[in-house]
Amino acid sequence: MSHPTLAQKFVDNKPRAQWHDKALWFVREKRDRMAASVPEWEDLRSHASAIKIHTMSQLPTYLEKFEANAKTLGVHVHWAADGDEHNRIVHEILKKHDVKKVVKSKSMLTEECHLNPFLEKNGYEVVDTDLGERIVQLREETPSHIVLPAIHIRKEEVGECFHEHLGTEKGVSDPKYLTEAARGHLRERFCTADAGITGVNFAIAETGGFVVCTNEGNADLGVSLPKLHIACMGIEKLIPRASDLAVFLRLLARSATGQPITTYSSHFHGPREGSELHMILVDNGRSGILAKPEFRRSLGCIRCGACMNTCPVYRRSGGHSYESTVPGPIGSILTPLQTPEKHASLPFACTLCGSCTDVCPVKIDLHHQLLAMRGFLDRKKLLGMSKKLSMKFLSGLLSSTWMFTTAGTAARTALRWMPRFAVYNPLNGWGKQRELPEPPMQSFRDQYAEHKKNSRGPS
Amino acid sequence: MTQTTREKVLANLRAALPESSPLPDLPVTGPWQTFEDPFARFCEVLEAVGGVCHRVKTRDEAHQHLLGIDEWQNAAVRISEVDGIGDSTVDITTIEDPHDLENVDYAVLHGHFGVAENGAIWVTDDTLKHRVLYFIPQRLVIVMPTVIVDNMHEAYGRIKVGQHAFAGFISGPSKTADIEQSLVIGAHGARALTVFAVDEF
Amino acid sequence: MKVALFIPCYVDQFYPQVGMATVKLLEHFGVEHEFPKAQTCCGQPMANSGCMPEAKPLAMKYVDVFKGYDYIVAPSGSCVSMVRNHYETFFTDEDKAANDVRNRTYELSEFLVNVLNVREIKGRFASNVGIHQSCHGLRELRLGPSSEVMKTRPSMMTDLLAGLEGISFSKLQRTDECCGFGGTFAVAEEAVSCMMGEDRVNDHLSAGTEVLTAGDMSCLMHLEGIIRRQKHNIRVMHFAEILAEALETPVAV
Repeated sequence: MSHPTLAQKFVDNKPRAQWHDKALWFVREKRDRMAASVPEWEDLRSHASAIKIHTMSQLPTYLEKFEANAKTLGVHVHWAADGDEHNRIVHEILKKHDVKKVVKSKSMLTEECHLNPFLEKNGYEVVDTDLGERIVQLREETPSHIVLPAIHIRKEEVGECFHEHLGTEKGVSDPKYLTEAARGHLRERFCTADAGITGVNFAIAETGGFVVCTNEGNADLGVSLPKLHIACMGIEKLIPRASDLAVFLRLLARSATGQPITTYSSHFHGPREGSELHMILVDNGRSGILAKPEFRRSLGCIRCGACMNTCPVYRRSGGHSYESTVPGPIGSILTPLQTPEKHASLPFACTLCGSCTDVCPVKIDLHHQLLAMRGFLDRKKLLGMSKKLSMKFLSGLLSSTWMFTTAGTAARTALRWMPRFAVYNPLNGWGKQRELPEPPMQSFRDQYAEHKKNSRGPS
Repeated sequence: MTQTTREKVLANLRAALPESSPLPDLPVTGPWQTFEDPFARFCEVLEAVGGVCHRVKTRDEAHQHLLGIDEWQNAAVRISEVDGIGDSTVDITTIEDPHDLENVDYAVLHGHFGVAENGAIWVTDDTLKHRVLYFIPQRLVIVMPTVIVDNMHEAYGRIKVGQHAFAGFISGPSKTADIEQSLVIGAHGARALTVFAVDEF
Repeated sequence: MKVALFIPCYVDQFYPQVGMATVKLLEHFGVEHEFPKAQTCCGQPMANSGCMPEAKPLAMKYVDVFKGYDYIVAPSGSCVSMVRNHYETFFTDEDKAANDVRNRTYELSEFLVNVLNVREIKGRFASNVGIHQSCHGLRELRLGPSSEVMKTRPSMMTDLLAGLEGISFSKLQRTDECCGFGGTFAVAEEAVSCMMGEDRVNDHLSAGTEVLTAGDMSCLMHLEGIIRRQKHNIRVMHFAEILAEALETPVAV
């Protein structure tokens, strides 16, 4: 289905859509307060942007450097061209270690590769340990936001879900009570897991290590108990130097959730004694994006979600309306670049307001890229016949002054004379909830001509 | 011989990029945010995120403080990796498997310094046997010298990243707001964090 | 100075009063003006739909129609943003003549403030005015401060209005959230578009807005459409209309 259809469904439940909108606006406001408390905020954004542009321009070299340094630390480094290869590699590693139970912390990359269904099909028990992700996992849904996976779910619904799966009291929806229940439930999973899978927030080329940021501590518990840690990473998550972390860690949590830093920012360099650390470096279309200068900067994304929080369309349509692992503004660039046919409506789920560009901590020109995506889809002939034809028609009409003025006069006259039912009917998309403008007797150019004739002033 | 994925990916990346352009300089210079009273700011932020901060002169003072905390006194399983502060109800040197630390109620561990802008403390795995102790106990105490830097740039200036298999910043007790954006302290990691900044560490 | 009026296509046909108000303002400041009759549209609807080949002839027409003027002034942030920021798709650095026309294209408030150096307009407009910050003017042309960016900037439209006697400004919950028009978005994503518009209108209603104003008639057309359908008592005016009306209303002695 397309975004407009799913968005309509979302908006049809107006109270819920308003609740969703307010919840995310609240997060945007927290971000604003945090940003305002850092005098050099805009400079930090510029630095982050420059670091990412630099890194992308030298990505192969930095990846080689990272790999060499990681190997020196005793990390097993694997490369995956796409999601399927990534999943196979995970499977091989787990099989080799006789793994039955896996705990996983938040990784949009593994979502992108559809790792969970693949592992389950192959007989592994996979438990998502981030509370929001666990909730959507139990409800057999996908996350609707890359940082706040369960933002679309009401606490009563979490209560129902936990009553069914965790045995909490029926009808109780107190977040503290429910979180406590999840704590016990997941603690048992951490303690019995054979392997922990994490994502990677930042990988450091200079040192061969990487950083994982969480508030819950689930990533750390997941990898500090079992003897196997698999870290999955998109190749664009690299930064050159450890000192660059200062810039990114100052920006990430403030942009994402309006906190100064996540509770845990764990730096991993090599395996824990007596255990193994594997990293999988995944391409899955990223080299293709790198090859497109118009869209290259979107690879700088640090997956903070700020663009989603600020997007007035995302807030009122929900992440699921994008049918994309990463939704919202950044997702509407990245996903259609991979699957343009399926996701052609996404770059149009946007008014080009530019708010996303202004909150992006790495200064990706999101709204300009969304506009460029529309041209990209046009060149692929994916705009849809009616849209293309009406634009061709309009272009022809507007190219001729007399055609334009004649059509304008005709439209105004028609609107003045047509009965209301003829104007406002199901064919009139504008008129469903809005009045059309009052048609004036004269156009501006007619009034101007008269004004010039009447005025005694300068020509 | 078929190209490995590694070779393929690197080749695709090289093909994607324009011919070598001069490596743009990466000056990342400040000025960065500083605070008139970094310690006060550190405490303020730590408390705002649910932590507790005490400044003491000596380790013994911190120890005396701990003795006064009910949860510590009543804790069934306590571990301390810091000489002179707290005690251990189990002999950590005999514990080989980190899973055996599941029931630790209270742990007293090392920190190296704090960061004023975000209430974070730098910790490393060379101060304890099992790194899981930073995450698995119900309640955590971190003891550090009274050293506070203003911001993360200064923090990374102090650290040599890459020397420890595990190191990290910890800012406050664990938390989540995943249920209707309602903040709950105590997700999977510690439910409570107390920090002692010891002048005469 | 030789100034050309660039009047957005739909303003020409449906909101002539906005164009006339612009004329009134320019004449008040002694600016000689012309309306090159061959103009039609800047091509934004086509370009924003991704149809660059269909927008190009209109871009070529624009630079041809408006060549030779010192300034081209439009009461529209989005059209000016199209010409200044997005015509780069159609012209290279070598198209010096075309780029000259682009650089001389100004939105009305920035023309008044930055070119004519207007700091105050003397007149009376005793109403509680709700400012709507149109997105293109705000985030493309930087005609005002955007709430996302930690940098202060004057809001040119607000500053021009602030000097009017009797005026007050309503305090909104969200100072610069998009109205939801977005061009073809208004129809293609009608549900979200109208929810966004309704939320703006409700914000203004709660804030006691009597007159809703902006620098882009596209936003106002959409918001007014909702206001009139829901029969609210809010008057919708382009800021040029407010200034023109104020100029004709003597200041109380």
